[in-house]
Amino acid sequence: MKTATPARKIDSFLDQEYAAGFETLLEADTLPKGLSEDVIRVISAKKGEPEFLLEWRLEAYRRWLTMTAPKWAAVDFPDIDFQDIVYYSAPKKKDGPKSLDEVDPELLKTFEKLGVPLHERARLAGVAVDAVFDSVSVATTFQKELGEHGIIFCSFSEAVKTHPELIRQYLGTVVPPSDNFYAALNSAVFSDGSFVFIPKGVKCPMELSTYFRINARDTGQFERTLIIAEEGASVSYLEGCTAPMRDENQLHAAVVELIALDDAKIKYSTVQNWYPGDKDGVGGIYNFVTKRGDCRGARSHISWTQVETGSAITWKYPSVILRGDDSVGDFHSVALSNHRQQADTGTKMIHMGRNTKSTILSKGISAGHGSNTFRGLVRIAPKAEDARNYTQCDSLLIGDQCAAHTFPTIEARNPTAHVEHEATTSRIGEDQLFYAMQRGLTAEDAVSMIVNGFCREVFKELPMEFAVEAQKLLGVSLEGSIG
Amino acid sequence: MLDIKNLKASVEGKDILKGLDLQVKAGEVHAIMGPNGSGKSTLSQVLAGRDTFQVDGGSVTWDGQDLLAMPIEERARAGLFLAFQYPVEIPGVSNAYFLKAAVNAIRKHRGLPEFDAMDFLTRVKAEMKAVGMKEEFLYRAVNEGFSGGEKKRNEVLQMALLEPRLAILDETDSGLDIDALKVVADGVNRLRSPDRALIVITHYQRLLDYIVPDHVHVLSHGRIVRSGGRELALELEEKGYGWIGDAGQVHAAPPAAGGAQ
Ligand SMILES: Nc1ncnc2c1ncn2[C@@H]1O[C@H](COP(=O)(O)OP(=O)(O)OP(=O)(O)O)[C@@H](O)[C@H]1O
Ligand SMILES: [Mg+2]
Repeated sequence: MKTATPARKIDSFLDQEYAAGFETLLEADTLPKGLSEDVIRVISAKKGEPEFLLEWRLEAYRRWLTMTAPKWAAVDFPDIDFQDIVYYSAPKKKDGPKSLDEVDPELLKTFEKLGVPLHERARLAGVAVDAVFDSVSVATTFQKELGEHGIIFCSFSEAVKTHPELIRQYLGTVVPPSDNFYAALNSAVFSDGSFVFIPKGVKCPMELSTYFRINARDTGQFERTLIIAEEGASVSYLEGCTAPMRDENQLHAAVVELIALDDAKIKYSTVQNWYPGDKDGVGGIYNFVTKRGDCRGARSHISWTQVETGSAITWKYPSVILRGDDSVGDFHSVALSNHRQQADTGTKMIHMGRNTKSTILSKGISAGHGSNTFRGLVRIAPKAEDARNYTQCDSLLIGDQCAAHTFPTIEARNPTAHVEHEATTSRIGEDQLFYAMQRGLTAEDAVSMIVNGFCREVFKELPMEFAVEAQKLLGVSLEGSIG
Repeated sequence: MLDIKNLKASVEGKDILKGLDLQVKAGEVHAIMGPNGSGKSTLSQVLAGRDTFQVDGGSVTWDGQDLLAMPIEERARAGLFLAFQYPVEIPGVSNAYFLKAAVNAIRKHRGLPEFDAMDFLTRVKAEMKAVGMKEEFLYRAVNEGFSGGEKKRNEVLQMALLEPRLAILDETDSGLDIDALKVVADGVNRLRSPDRALIVITHYQRLLDYIVPDHVHVLSHGRIVRSGGRELALELEEKGYGWIGDAGQVHAAPPAAGGAQ
């Protein structure tokens, strides 16, 4: 019988090729493998950094040497040999491109292939892009227009040169180097990333976005992102990531720091599509990331939205410190783990100010042999009067080999705290697919419809263009306007 | 229109359909009755293409096509509709979205323009009224938390919207109150037309008071063991299945002592 089997259809649907898995051949300026104080000095010198930053790196490095890699996450992988990693690789170029015309055409082609057109005439409507290739930022668009509003949007290296005082003032104030093993490593060796500064009262007129691409072999990517919104400022920022398909695992250990002063609002969205490894779990990116936002000012608002479909292992807990009174923190997440992927992700909401409010909405999808863990911490400090948190964790299982776990932790040290938690688990069954197909839908449409319905509350938090991209990534098509 | 010959099907090595023959012509309504576990739902799901059942032999021709070779959704698009004995819940997907996707998949296949949101709402609301469903059911997840009767009404609603050429209703009347029963019957009767055919699986002859079948069949142990007209249903109601005898003695005379089951 040639009937399509829903079970097999699920498999083929889940087996879609990783479309961003190609490699770009470029001449690169690459350091030998290994990490030492000398390597850090070389990185710092290559970037022409001021003394204070080199010192900061070295201190982080010394701190890192005393630390051990965390083992508490529900992920399983062999120990990483940190001397077997290249800590700096940059496409060869003269002095850093002054304009897009100076960017290596191969690079522009790469980003075009990835659907990130850097040419401003071909840009996504109203989105400024910073493209980071291996260790360096290769192009930032729209800088001039943004500059007219006093907005700084550039690569981290450039910001170090043009605004060292801002770097000095804010770097490491949200995620100090001593925070954790990977944060310390990142602080020692970070090579590039994005820098955003929105001055007082300015509402950023367009979406800002950074696109991270790991290309070179054996290279770790350690980018550093710092976003500052001054009093009354607001910005929406999106990060996207891909890497070629390789049999070896590659390390990505980024640090993202967000700072929101009084009445400021930062919305940070991620669509993460690092290479997840093949069906049997060979290769793929280890994504160990520290992301934290500091609602430093009163009535400030930081919101994380993430769609995590890639990486062999994801270890990531975008968090918000609700320091200012009446500040608000949100975390909206879709994490998909398929085949042998492991995702241990979640968030921390640290309530310190009065009348602070946080919302956690986590949607975990496990398929194949994937494993998905949600880890949430809600901490209400003794002085945080009338703090409120609402947490909802939903898991969707596709097939019967996958797993989902949730570990919510609540530490309420103030009796006025109001904390609510809800969790659900459901499974896409053969019977659901048969039912939908009996009504004329294909298996793909049926799975998409179910997955999309499951993720809808999170997708609607993404900027429009990226919601579409996220849905495509999950192999889903846009739901109609009703329902 | 539908010609089933010597159909054999099994699940997990267990034979369920053991050489089933059935012919359905356009315009006809056939009722299938038979004891629990005799294979009625298996037959309906094999016709719809569910692959948990393995087809071991025989053939099914539908409008000259080899039905068994068609993928599930192609059968649906070609106009085969199954009202499930146990409608499936799909959490997170609104009934409206599901219905619209289904209607448009089928309209597209038929070369009709797809409904936009407005056309669809107008159409679906009218049909909901006819089957006595409140509008709120549009915005609830497919079958999730629906009562038994509400699920069955939802099946009838889908049938009305999809305008199938061959509809199989698997115990759509079970567990319904008398009003709902009339709704189901009315849904079926509205669908009746010279170019459509219906197969109604039921345990209760009372449904057949409302949907008058052209033929009644008794399915037992994976075979049609008796066929007749409307009066066969009445006879079954009175005597139960015992008098028909076992599968294999298809044309054997009824035993003298008929036992109610
Ligand atoms: N997936 C399955 N696995 C094992 N056995 C099955 C499966 N599906 C059906 N069967 C068996 O096949 C036989 C026929 O089942 P079927 O559902 O077709 O009966 P039915 O005539 O519809 O009964 P009812 O009147 O109770 O609805 C039963 O013995 C049932 O247990
Ligand atoms: Mg049945």
